[in-house]
Amino acid sequence: MAIVYQKPKALSDDVLHYCPGCTHGVIHKLVAEVIDELGIEGKTVGIAPVGCSVFAYNYFNCDMVEAAHGRAPAVATGLKRSMPDNVIFTYQGDGDLAAIGTAETVHSATRGENITIIFVNNAIYGMTGGQMAPTTLPNQVTQTTPYGRDVATAGYPVHVCEMLSTLDGVAYAERVSVDSVPNIRKAKAAIKKAFQNQIDKKGFSIVEILSSCPTNWGLSPVDALQWLRDNMMPYYPLGVYKDKEAEK
Amino acid sequence: MAKMTVNEGICKGCGLCVSVCPKKIIVLAKGRLNAKGYSPAEVTDQSACIGCAMCGIMCPDSAITVEK
Amino acid sequence: MSERVLVKGNEALAEAAIRAGCRHFFGYPITPQTEVAAYMARKMPKIGGTYLQAESEVAAINMVYGAAAAGVRVMTSSSSPGISLKSEGISYLAGSDLPCLIINVQRGGPGLGGIQPSQADYWQATRAPGHGDLHVLVYAPNNVQEMVNLVFQAYDKAEEYRVPAMILADGLLGQMMEPVSFPEEGEIKQHDKSWAVTGHKNQRKHNIVNSLYLKADELEQTVIERFQRYAKIEAEETMVEEYLMEDAEYAIVAFGATSRIAKAAIQQLREQGLKVGLIRPITLWPFPKQAIIDACDKVKGFLTVEMSMGQMVDDVRLAVNGRKPVEFFGHTGGIVPTPAEIVEAVKEMGGAK
Repeated sequence: MAIVYQKPKALSDDVLHYCPGCTHGVIHKLVAEVIDELGIEGKTVGIAPVGCSVFAYNYFNCDMVEAAHGRAPAVATGLKRSMPDNVIFTYQGDGDLAAIGTAETVHSATRGENITIIFVNNAIYGMTGGQMAPTTLPNQVTQTTPYGRDVATAGYPVHVCEMLSTLDGVAYAERVSVDSVPNIRKAKAAIKKAFQNQIDKKGFSIVEILSSCPTNWGLSPVDALQWLRDNMMPYYPLGVYKDKEAEK
Repeated sequence: MAKMTVNEGICKGCGLCVSVCPKKIIVLAKGRLNAKGYSPAEVTDQSACIGCAMCGIMCPDSAITVEK
Repeated sequence: MSERVLVKGNEALAEAAIRAGCRHFFGYPITPQTEVAAYMARKMPKIGGTYLQAESEVAAINMVYGAAAAGVRVMTSSSSPGISLKSEGISYLAGSDLPCLIINVQRGGPGLGGIQPSQADYWQATRAPGHGDLHVLVYAPNNVQEMVNLVFQAYDKAEEYRVPAMILADGLLGQMMEPVSFPEEGEIKQHDKSWAVTGHKNQRKHNIVNSLYLKADELEQTVIERFQRYAKIEAEETMVEEYLMEDAEYAIVAFGATSRIAKAAIQQLREQGLKVGLIRPITLWPFPKQAIIDACDKVKGFLTVEMSMGQMVDDVRLAVNGRKPVEFFGHTGGIVPTPAEIVEAVKEMGGAK
């Protein structure tokens, strides 16, 4: 018998600290599989965010940097401009990328920085215990929207891929989901494309990944994925929002 | 002939593998816990495994190895 | 050293950084340091370097953090309100033991304040350049040649000790034109950069640049080890100029542009028969407290002169520790003290008038 599936080499042996059923682990694995398949671990530098995935620097075997909250795209810019032949990726959550780091996100995108952004959207602040995120759905109950997100006072969720797709500097923006095996396969293909784009010097690539937060959504891991399908996927449609190559 | 192995020490018993197995041969162990206090996933009928690896793909903790 | 050329202070900072091996500049426009950025924007593309105008000072300092993590010589420049925004990144740089060069061409504050010369960021630079237990090396030049020399010194020491370095200038020095000669690039010292995240090339375990330590004892130990490095910096890297202190009965303590005016005042005071000398801290952190302590044995008192409401005077008083009177004279908001005012302030000390 041959091994047909195992933990990727680019993931360390550290036990992930994530809650049971949290799909951060699935996304980590996809990124690591892509790094393995492209053979780029030795020249890749990843940037961990502030949020649940803050310890990503322990989980990836490539060189890693921990960034201040929201600043990962700026840190990535500094790294990439210093080492244009290395592969630089950020791994960021919704609070990090779409609230406190909005300026860094938008401007690294509009500059067309040749970096790869892995954006994990689970519609909530996980690490701090389940507060409203910029991507929290209308009427979604969180610790800080106890009566449901009222768009009249708390505003509307940010559609990151749609927003970034209006910028000329963006080479590739796709939204995927890790709610099912077929969608996980599509997510991996998108992540691989986002890394390959950087290697081919095509410019700014972002993959937004709809992810679950069983603990703060108050659901079992299996039910959380169903909630994601029923509520997040209609509001955040999957698909390619920008692909400069395909437009040519 | 295929085989699915769970690294029980890092399994968190989330049950996502159970939910995607097309052969319904994965369960969360009853009556025993791993060192972290979770009921780990286990295979009820290894001979029925088709090696599709869907359990592994779905596992957030990279706890599953599949051979075929 | 090259032949002497006439250069404006802000441009001298930029040219010196390039000659010191800096190829990466990240900034955001703010008066009165714009010449630094403009010079970099002209020069960097021609020498294969990076000039990048960021979307904010916050982004700029985090780009510095990224480039510093890659192990390259990197620089940002700003002025007071911009340094406040950079303080987040400065804390992360210090907490991750990354060397870099930060220029602060100070202007008056607080808030938007004004755009005239100021030294009112002394507290910020020496006490709280960012949150947490940390220091950055702070150099305070008082002429354009020294601005050049201290850029080289700052990079060298920042890399040797793995700390951020700051040059605290002011609008007066930034706009001043003086003849300078630049050291050649070959004079750069090389330091170990094995900690840098350059990609492990499958030849080593992965490097991590990080300032997060959730276990209290680990964080304490990390900070204690950093403070042992700070202690070595204090012991070995403190810089101070003493001017006419041998026979001085009063000491003026001043740094940067103000120290030049103090020297003019000392000439006038000596012509009037008053033996006054100058202690000029060149490093503000570490503060040259030993020079102050030593002077306590011979002078009747100290006068600190600053373009602020009196900030460095705190450090002078800490060093003097009550043994001699310490007075303050200064202007803030962009008003530059005149030699005549300083002469009067010295005369008022201890009834010397």
